Formats: sequence, structure tokens, C-alpha cells
Amino acid sequence: MELTASGDLVSIPHLLLRNAQKFGDRPAYREKEFGIWQSWTWLETAEEIEALALGLIDIGVKKGDYVAIIGRNRPSMYWSMVAVQMLNAVPVPLYQDAVAEEMAYVLEHCGSKYVIVGDQEQVDKVREVQETVSGIENVIYFDPRGLRKYDHKNLSSFKDLQKQGRRVKDQRISELKKQIEAITYDDTCIMLYTSGTTGRPKGVVLSNRNIIETSKNSSEFDKLAPGEETVAYLPMAWVGDYIFSIGQAYWSGFCVSCPESVETLNMDLREIGPTYYFAPPRVFESQLTTVMIRMEDAGKFKRRLFNWAMTLAQRVGPDILDGKEVGFFDRLKYFFGNIFVYGPLKNTLGFSRVRVAYTAGEAIGPEIFDFYRSLGMNLKQLYGQTEASVFITQQPDGEVRSDTVGVPSPGVELKIESNGEVYYRSAGVFVEYFKNPENTADTKDKEGWVATGDAGFIEEGTGHLRIIDRAKDVGKMADGSMFAPKYVENKLKFYPSILEAVVFGNDRNNCSAFINIDLAAVGNWAERNNVAYSSYQELAGHPQVLKLIQEHIAETNLSIAQDKMLSGCQVHRFLVLHKELDADDGELTRTRKVRRRIIEEKFSDLIQALYNGSSEISTETEVTYEDGRRGSIKAKLEIRDVPVIDKVDRKAA
Amino acid sequence: MNNVSQDHFVTADGRSIGGALMEMQNITLRFGGVVALEDISFDILEGEVRAIIGPNGAGKSSMLNVISGFYVPQEGQVLYRGSLRPAMKPFQVATQGIARTFQNIALFEGMSVLDNVMTGRITKIKSGIFSQMIWKGRAEREEIENREVVEKIIDFLEIQAIRKTPVSRLPYGLKKRVELARALAAEPSLLLLDEPMAGMNVEEKEDMSRFILDVNSEFGTTIALIEHDMSVVMDLSDRVVVMDYGKKIGDGTPDEIRNNQEVIDAYLGVSHD
Repeated sequence: MELTASGDLVSIPHLLLRNAQKFGDRPAYREKEFGIWQSWTWLETAEEIEALALGLIDIGVKKGDYVAIIGRNRPSMYWSMVAVQMLNAVPVPLYQDAVAEEMAYVLEHCGSKYVIVGDQEQVDKVREVQETVSGIENVIYFDPRGLRKYDHKNLSSFKDLQKQGRRVKDQRISELKKQIEAITYDDTCIMLYTSGTTGRPKGVVLSNRNIIETSKNSSEFDKLAPGEETVAYLPMAWVGDYIFSIGQAYWSGFCVSCPESVETLNMDLREIGPTYYFAPPRVFESQLTTVMIRMEDAGKFKRRLFNWAMTLAQRVGPDILDGKEVGFFDRLKYFFGNIFVYGPLKNTLGFSRVRVAYTAGEAIGPEIFDFYRSLGMNLKQLYGQTEASVFITQQPDGEVRSDTVGVPSPGVELKIESNGEVYYRSAGVFVEYFKNPENTADTKDKEGWVATGDAGFIEEGTGHLRIIDRAKDVGKMADGSMFAPKYVENKLKFYPSILEAVVFGNDRNNCSAFINIDLAAVGNWAERNNVAYSSYQELAGHPQVLKLIQEHIAETNLSIAQDKMLSGCQVHRFLVLHKELDADDGELTRTRKVRRRIIEEKFSDLIQALYNGSSEISTETEVTYEDGRRGSIKAKLEIRDVPVIDKVDRKAA
Repeated sequence: MNNVSQDHFVTADGRSIGGALMEMQNITLRFGGVVALEDISFDILEGEVRAIIGPNGAGKSSMLNVISGFYVPQEGQVLYRGSLRPAMKPFQVATQGIARTFQNIALFEGMSVLDNVMTGRITKIKSGIFSQMIWKGRAEREEIENREVVEKIIDFLEIQAIRKTPVSRLPYGLKKRVELARALAAEPSLLLLDEPMAGMNVEEKEDMSRFILDVNSEFGTTIALIEHDMSVVMDLSDRVVVMDYGKKIGDGTPDEIRNNQEVIDAYLGVSHD
């Protein structure tokens, strides 16, 4: 290590050099390899990154070049991003599960000459892209497995490149120093492509200012310290992972651990025991579903103990967590509950040491949210987007509720326009959409206010923001009452048996819904209720499953009817889809958000059947397999009615 | 690359294939009055993927058992690395660098995946029972070395997530993969696979094919495999031996085999008149 930090901390490389000096022998990265946690200190990390950066200089990477990075969360991939930033070039992380076709668009749009990938799978995809996109000069891979016999003309190994960097260190080091010193606060830090629920992905350009200011503010908000432990497992192309695993980690100087493989994540989480944790609601949901399934399969004694403890926890757990007053006996009971149930359960889930946990991206079910909080885990919500460098609002300790997304993050201003849309302005606000001035101007006005695209309001008294729905999804029903599909879908998705729901009703007389069942939960339910099935499709169409879903929707209608504004959104009719909605078929985004318009087009025959009163429909759907091949599924779907509560009835009751 | 040649050559995809690792010369195997193998000769070259195919009852498994030294043929001889191989016990065969998997999975069901794969290292352990009991010096060092080799194989075959899982809880396709891992743990120079893809679905077959090819190209292991599924064999192997009713009816590259009339007849069936 010859580089030293000088001047202000204006970029990630500067933070790296500071950490190498300040926290030199503390761990910066860990990765489980060959069954053992390997670790790198900040000093070693800086040396590895420096070697790579020198190698990159040597093969001709220059300031302003775009370098695509594709792979699962591994230290080498994170180092690549920082090495690229040392040269004042721009890293562009891509979703590793994207198919070649999707990658082609991004690689062409950013004009990347260099691509750093994790393994053979990604090399193959880049090669496929190269058939149509020219300009990719060099592909650098980390894991050599299966690549030995490839033509290495434009292909080199990560480790060889580092070797090359170490070899040319004497000639190149002063050049590298100069490059780092020349980085300014307003240079581009990273470019992230948003998955976008509509249209082509957009490249969000974030400057060093955006990332550093945000990392600083948010680290201070939760008092993140060098001793934090995190596990990096979310897609590297997502802004959240960049902020949590690089921005905040480098600002605060804490250690990031990478799991051994996707399948071992739960075990690895348990071994690391993170203190700072982020997961989308989906992860918490599926974990809770697993716990519940296992408890249902457990013996009578365990089940009774669990139920007793959870009832108690739901009553007093959140209050204890918030430091509110709780009676002595309840505290004592909670103490025993912690020994027998909460502690072991948190340990199994890997949450024993969690000090701060966040969830965001979608609304989280109140039951799910309360479940984790009642265990004594400080789970909070935040609201953010790529364009804001994540943070718009977040919940301070002690002010946590499932129905709000918190108060504006430090340094963020909020305003609500007359149409209900939420706008914000902060130091984290993105620079522009790459090569897309029209969209930039549509989203960000001259004073720096950015439209979130979400409709919401600020709660009187508490100042907390509540989000209702996507602004463009909020519509009117034929009778003029408000239609907020997401609001209804979220309520439906809180049932473990419902994985996904899509509600229709804009400009119509009533609402109807598509339902996706959750195979794990419904499969277990089927086992316990002696429902025989041989395939997903058969289970999804089983009359008893339909009955179960029907009951869930009826309950949901009951709760929607309580809301004056939205009582028109009760679901009148539904069908259970014969296939899971999938990002490979374009029905969901890569972050698993529903793409309404595409679903409406693709399943127009089904929607028609929902509204023409028929009780059955035959349909054929095209599907894409994981390897890109296409096929089709035929099915006959049953449509069922659900009882609704009219306003008149409610008054009478 | 048909016919025996002692020269080294390089395949289209860049692997080097050397001289004969094993030669079968006029093998005849009888069980009482039943002739399981009749006058069969072929060789396995160093570094190649050699397949033995044939319809049910053709004598494929018998042939594999002759190669592995489990059966001793009544007539003919087996040359291994150029010298005549005497009759040996299975563990002696293992020390010679030959490992195998079985058609019906033969794992220790109650043991974890890791322990099962570790048993593949048994021939590499030199420390005696006492030093193992005291667990000092050599025994400890050896265990660590062996674990390192095993972990690399676990990583290679992507079974990290089931490292500590008892084998009895695994689905069939994964058990097959664990068996392959155990065979690889012995770091064999010749790997014998008895129907590695039997009973698998298309996806599992694709995975297994990739692992077999990767083993061959990454470790340079010579592979002899028996397989039922023609299409798989044709994609995987460098050379193929075709058997029918205990006789060899074809030997050559997949292309040659595809166009061999006798083979086509055996597989599609013709009237014997």
C-alpha cells in the first residue's frame, strides 16, 4: 500500500484510503469459501483494490469510461467497483439474473468497453451480447471454472489483472495517485439502471456528493459504528446494496460479509449474526411463512409454548422495544419467553444480534412487521428510491409503525402536490438520467424537486409520511370513487397463501383480481388437509384452494369496507392464475414489482372473462424458461365471486 | 482419433489426450453357463471421456466391474498403465487411482454429505489408529489436508448448502452428485460412472453432464461411463463402445457410431432372419 489519503473525503476511494489508515487491521470484507470464512482487513482490501486499479490502468481504462460489473455479491465484485472509481471511471453494476437480451440494452446504452464478471455463466451472456453489440473490448472474469478452454483473446482473469497491476506498480503508481487526487465531489460515482415498472431501464447517474452525503447522514441517523456486521446478499445492481455495502460501510468503516452461495444464505446469516440488516418485505414474509409451517408441523407441547409466547410478545414486545412502560409481571414473562422462544427463534433466523433492521420497497404486512418487532428485533421502515440515493423518509427509533414510512431523512425536504404526489429535495438527488434529458426534466424540476411517482400524505401531528399507492396507478372507478390497486393487493398479500395479487378496476364498475398462490404455504396446507395435487397448475385450480382464497378475499373486503375513501375497491370476482408471475416473462420487474400494463395486455382474455360474468375460461400463455427457451401453458381457469359489503349495509350494522 | 495411437493429441476444445491408460484384451466373462462378455477388446486413453453403451442386458455393468477389478474375467487380460493387472481387492484398486459411482446409489445414508465425501479420502490417510485417537501431529494435519481437498470438490460440485445435511434427506439427483463428489475425493486418474444420469429429469441431466465435462477438463480425469441415454452419451464422450448381448458391436467417435448400421439395428431392433 503506497497510496495515502489526502485532502477531503470526496469519494469512495478517499474513504478507502482513510479506513486503511484508521482501521488498518480491522476486517473490511469476509467471504465464506471452502467452508471457512476468509477475511480481509481494510489494509489488505486497499492493497487488493490498488492492484486491480493499476491493472485496469495498464489495459487502458480511462477517466469517464463505463465499466459494467455483473456478478453475485463477492468481495472481488465490490473491489472492482472501487478500483474503477479510483480511475474516475464509472462502475455500472447489472442484475446478474438478467437474460442476455436485457443486458444488451444496458451495455449498448452506456457504451461500456470493459465488463467485469463473476463466472462462466456471465461470460457466456456477455459473449452472446457481443454478437449484436460492438464496443466491448475486454471481459474480466473472477472464477476461472469452466473457462479454461475459452479463447482468451479478449478475456482475462481478475487475478491475472491484479498480478499485472502489481508488476507495473512502480511505473503506474504515481499516475494512479494523480487520478485519485483529481476526483471531485461532483464527478460521477456510479450509474445504476432502474428496473422500471414501465418502459426501458433508465441509467441513474449519482455523483460522489450524492453518495457521500447520503451515507454520512444515514450512518449518523442510526449511529452506525465500525463494529457493525452486515451480510451483503441483495442484487449489486440495486442502489440499496451500493449504499449499505459500500457507501455506509466505507463511511462508518464496518465489515461486509458475503455468503458462500445463494443457497447457503440462511446458514451464513446465522454464522455472521449481522447487527445491521436490510431485507425487502418479501424476505421477511417468506421467513415468517417458513417459521409458521414448521410450527404447524411441530409437536403439541412446542406449539402451545410457541403460541403462548407469541401472544404475550404481540401484547408487550413492541412496547418493551420502544422503552415504554410495561408491568413487572409482563416483563418477567417476556424474560422467560425470550429464553425459551424468542431467543432461539431469532438465533435460527440469524437475527440474534440485529441492532437496526430496515425493510423497504413495498408495504409490509402489519402482522409480519409486528411479529419481528415483538421478538425484540428493531425492524423499521424506510422509503426511498434510486433517484434519491435511497433515503427519502425513515423511522426513528421509538416511532415505528407499520402503516407509515417515517419522517424525512436528515437533509431531505418533502412536499405534497395538490394531486397527492410526493416530491422531495435533498443532497442525494440524482444528477440525471444518462442520455435522457427529457425524462430527467420530467422527473426533476429546476429547483431540484423530484417527483416520486407515489401518492401519499403527511400525517397530522406526527409528521410521518403515509404512502397510498403509485400515483399513476391511482385511478377512478366508473362511479368516481378512488381506485388504489396496490392498497388492496398489499392487504391480500399479507395472507401467507397469497404470493402475488393484481387488482383491476380502473374506469370499471367494480374491482376484480388475479391471485398467485404461494406454493410453499398452500402446498403445506394441502398436505395437512389431504388435498392431492401433482403440479403447481393443478394445485392452483383445486376447488378447495379456490375456496380458501375466496375466504381470504372476503375477509379483505370486510377490512377495506371500513375505509371510507377506498370502500369501492372491494374485490367482486377473482381467479387464481395457472402460472407464477415471473420477471423472465416480463410480468414483474427484477425487483419483483408487478408490471401492470404488461399483465393487462398479456392476460386480456382473462380480464375480459372477469367482467363478462363467465364462470370459466380456457387460456394459453407463453412462458420463458430460465435458459431463455420458450414454451406455452394451457389451462382452464375457474372464476369465482366474492361477497362484498355495501355502504348501506355497513351503516345498518 | 479412432484406433489406438500412442501419440498425444489435442481435441478440438483444447484438452490433451494421451496414450492408453487401460487396455482390455479379448475379455471373456462367464457366470456358469451364461456368457456375460465375449471376446471384448478396447482401450481407454488418458484424458478422454469414454462411454460404454448398449441395450439392457448387453453386459455394460459387467464390463465396468471388469475394469474396476471387481470381476476377474476367465479369459483375456487387463493392462493398466501398460502392465498386466493382477487380481486385486477393491481397496487395492482404489489405491491404484480408480474410483467409481454406482447405478444404485451406495452412500452412507445416516452420515452427512461432508462425512460421506471424506470417506473418499480413506486411501490417503496414513496415520495409524493410535495417532488418530490421540489426535495430534500427523492425524490432525492429514485431516486438515483432506478436508481442504474435500471442500474444493464440494465447491466444484456446488453442494455447499447441503454440506451438513444427512444424505437420507436428499433428493435423488443430489445424492448422485454426492456420490460423484465422493469418487472425486479419491483424486482418481480413472473415474468410472455407472449410469450417472439414470432416473434424472432433463434439468438434472444437464447439470450432471456439465459436471462430468468440467471434471474432465479441470482435473484432467479420464472418465469411463455407462449410459442408457444415447443423446447424452453422444454429446459427452470422445469415443464410444457399443455392446449388445455381451459382444462389442461398435467402437469409435460419436459420429461414427451414429452411422454404424449394426448399432442402429441393435437400438432400433431388426428382425433376425
